[in-house]
Amino acid sequence: MSIDINKTKVYNLAMEKFRLKKADIITLAVVLVAAALAFLCINLFATAGSVAVVEQNGEVIAELPLGEDATFEVKSGEKVTNTIIIKDGSADMVSADCPDKICVNHRKISKSGESIVCLPNKVIVTVRGGGAEVDGVAR
Amino acid sequence: MSKSKRIATLALCIALAFTLSFFESLIPINIGIPGVKLGLANSVTLVALYLLGKKEAFGISMVRILLAGLLFGGAFSLVYGFAGGMLSYIVMVLAMKSKKLSPVGVSVLGAAVHNTGQIVVAAAVMQTPRIAYYLPVLLLSGAVSGALVGIVSGIAVARLNHIINHTDNG
Repeated sequence: MSIDINKTKVYNLAMEKFRLKKADIITLAVVLVAAALAFLCINLFATAGSVAVVEQNGEVIAELPLGEDATFEVKSGEKVTNTIIIKDGSADMVSADCPDKICVNHRKISKSGESIVCLPNKVIVTVRGGGAEVDGVAR
Repeated sequence: MSKSKRIATLALCIALAFTLSFFESLIPINIGIPGVKLGLANSVTLVALYLLGKKEAFGISMVRILLAGLLFGGAFSLVYGFAGGMLSYIVMVLAMKSKKLSPVGVSVLGAAVHNTGQIVVAAAVMQTPRIAYYLPVLLLSGAVSGALVGIVSGIAVARLNHIINHTDNG
C-alpha cells in the first residue's frame, strides 16, 4: 500500500466506522432551538391583519382590505403577471406567470407579518394589521 | 489516484449530485413555503469532502448548482443556489476540520446555513427584512433533512473509505 501525503490528511478525517457523536446531538438541538426562538419571536407579535399590501419592484401598488372579497391583478405593462384573491379574510396568490409557481403553491395568509413572495416577478403581498398607515392607491 | 481516474470520479459525482437534484425536484413538497427541500445532492458534496478532498468537493458542488440551476431553476435560483452553496460549503469545511462532529452534525450545520444564507440573499434582493418570516420553518426543515442526509453520508463515508483510499494503485 503506497502512502500518499495528500490523501493521508483526508483519510484521517474520514472514519472507519460511522458513529454519532455527542456534538452532533448538541448541534441539532441548537438549530432546533434557534428555529423555535425565531418562531416565538415572530408569533409573539402576530395579530390578525386587516389589509394586504401588494408591492411590485419595491413600490406599494395596492392595499386591499381583508374584510372585502376582491380579485387583484398585478400587471407588467399590458400583461397580467400575478393574480391575488382576497376571500374570507385571507389573501392568496392564485396564479402567476413565473416558472416555479412557488408563490401560487404558498398557503393563504391572514396574519400580520405573513407574506407571499413571487421572486421572479418581484411581487410581494404582505398582511399588515391595525389602521391604514398610508393612503392606499389601488390601480 | 491517477489523474484520469480522478477526473472520471469527479464527473461521476457531479452526475450523481445532479441526478439527485432532479429527483428531489420531482417530489412535491406541499408545505407551501419556498426553500423547503430534501437537499439529497448535498450527500455527494459531503462524501466527496471526506473522501476526495476540499477542492474536489467544492468543484462538484458548484458545477452541480450551476447545472441544476440552468436546467431546473427559475430566474433567481442560480444566485440563491450559489449563495447558499458557498456559505454552507465554508461552514461544512470548518465543521469537518474541527473533528468534533460526525457527518451528521456537519450536514445539519450545512443545511441550516444554506437555508439561512438563502433567506439573507432573498431579503437583500427584495429589499425587505420581512422574508425572515420564513426562518423558523426553514431552520426546522433544514435540521431534519440535514440530519437524514448526514446519517446516509456518514454510512457512505465509512463504507467507501477503503475503496477510495486503499485499493487503487493508479
